[in-house]
Amino acid sequence: MTKKETAWRWIISACGFFLIVLTLAIGAFLFYRGTGTFTIYGHSVSEFLFSPDWNPADDFTGGGQIGAAIFIVGSLSICFLALLIATPFSIAAAIFMAVISPRAGSKLLQPAVEIFVGIPSVVYGWVGLTVLVPFIQRLFHLQVGYSVLAGGIVLAVMIFPTITSVSADSIRNVPHSYQEAAYGLGSTRWQVIRHVLMPAARPGILTGIILGLSRAFGEALAVAMVIGKRKAFPDSILSPTNNLTAAIASDMGGASEGGEFNTALWTMALLLLLISFLFILLVRKISAQGVHDK
Amino acid sequence: MKKYLSMLLVGAMLALTTACGGNAASSAAPSSAAPSEAPSSEASSAAAVTGSIKISGSSALYPLVDDAQKKFKEKNPDVSITLNAGGSGTGLKQVADGSVDIGNSDVEAESKLTPDKAKTLVDHKVCVITMAPIVNPDVAEKVKSLTNQQLTDIFTAKTKNWKEVGGPDEAITLVTRPSTSGTRALFKQYALNGAEEASNKSLETDDSGTLLQTVAQHKGAIGYVALSYLVNNDSVKTMSIDNVEPTLENTYSGKYKVWGYEHMYTKGEATGAAKALIEYMQSDEYGTVMEGLGYNVTSKMQVKR
Repeated sequence: MTKKETAWRWIISACGFFLIVLTLAIGAFLFYRGTGTFTIYGHSVSEFLFSPDWNPADDFTGGGQIGAAIFIVGSLSICFLALLIATPFSIAAAIFMAVISPRAGSKLLQPAVEIFVGIPSVVYGWVGLTVLVPFIQRLFHLQVGYSVLAGGIVLAVMIFPTITSVSADSIRNVPHSYQEAAYGLGSTRWQVIRHVLMPAARPGILTGIILGLSRAFGEALAVAMVIGKRKAFPDSILSPTNNLTAAIASDMGGASEGGEFNTALWTMALLLLLISFLFILLVRKISAQGVHDK
Repeated sequence: MKKYLSMLLVGAMLALTTACGGNAASSAAPSSAAPSEAPSSEASSAAAVTGSIKISGSSALYPLVDDAQKKFKEKNPDVSITLNAGGSGTGLKQVADGSVDIGNSDVEAESKLTPDKAKTLVDHKVCVITMAPIVNPDVAEKVKSLTNQQLTDIFTAKTKNWKEVGGPDEAITLVTRPSTSGTRALFKQYALNGAEEASNKSLETDDSGTLLQTVAQHKGAIGYVALSYLVNNDSVKTMSIDNVEPTLENTYSGKYKVWGYEHMYTKGEATGAAKALIEYMQSDEYGTVMEGLGYNVTSKMQVKR
């Protein structure tokens, strides 16, 4: 009996450790390759983060410019635009599913939201490319429809189910006694939602928003298809630009291994990893706050 | 008992998934090609070629290699060939790393790899490729030809509107390829005389097919693509440079200057199936097909580089 116990315990521990080691190894590898821009080619961190001149040399002598500010601004702008568009709809859908119409919510909306999650991102990109981009071009009489707006809308549709399901769950998890107490004091349903449920579910909703944001930040293919990949700051919401993930996806294959261009792309990947870590830390901090609340 | 069975099952599944990956392709091919005496061409007098070839690289050469490998497979059904585009830079990098057997490139290996990596590769010139500037049809109604200088000014974003060169009053939309592309390198060297394109004013597309589509769909768009993509295509129009049209004949005579050799690189000397494929593509038998696909036959070139 005890031999099987220990045997299985070792197997399970080994699997768990393997995953931890794998994650650490990926982080270490990215760190090793990504810092090459600063150690081997002698660029400065501030040049990478703030300079808009992106012209790395595709060879081993270096001397190019590796200012990734355009890509960083591109990533940030489409992600925040996507959040701006998706959050109101998501929270409204979550409230609808959890409070206003739980039966229709669980039968109709929940499966619909779950189907959304299952659609591959390339499909979103394809629909964006064939339907949304020409539509934006015609609507605003633009030269090309590739724009920050197109990227933001595509990402908003992608992160909508994430934010909705996490928010709905957190609203459902607010203790029923809170609602009963509020009704008992004579509140209307909207007052209960606005003044009791929302503040109580706030940590969960914030978690959902940050999860959606991190998914949007890492999305490569769908964004690459609609953003136009122009290496310049966007003049307005309606002009094309580029972002970190699309730049890595299109240039990584062709840049020679170990050259300055390749190393600069690795640094971009390292930046993406660091930003994801930041989001995860934020999520943990907010959930921890929620547990100790009241 | 059940526990041992389940562990055995897991182990068997793991073994199957790892073993199936590499061997399935080559082991399935000979067993399913039993009636291999069917193709009665003279090539099958020697043993039909077997093996697998992995090819990647230039999107300009892609249509030719795709057609060649289909014809090659009709003669040699035991060969399995995987073909990818991805750009000349990708092809060179992958063949130097050993992840593919043949790397297609529009430019010399020395221009993209370190000298010692480039030395390990053996070059096979299979054909000559002509690059043509393409524009959206609404521009081509008024503008039929551009001088070299006008073309350079357009691609460096000095000229911003088509009316400055005699076209309609539309802003110029530049469509280009990534800086690792061989098509872009050839175009820059021979059409723009080495001038650097204005990367911050152009839309970047990953391969020639996407570039063609983008130019076709946007008014006032200009880009560049290999002639092989224009063979049966009416959605875009080519632009003459200095009144010389980009055609196969003008490249042979040397009047049209934007052309380059297409290289298929192998790491070390080509062997086995890869060698057979390259020899087939360089043969006279295949040369008759090449022009139909929009490529120039190297032996017919009247000028050399």
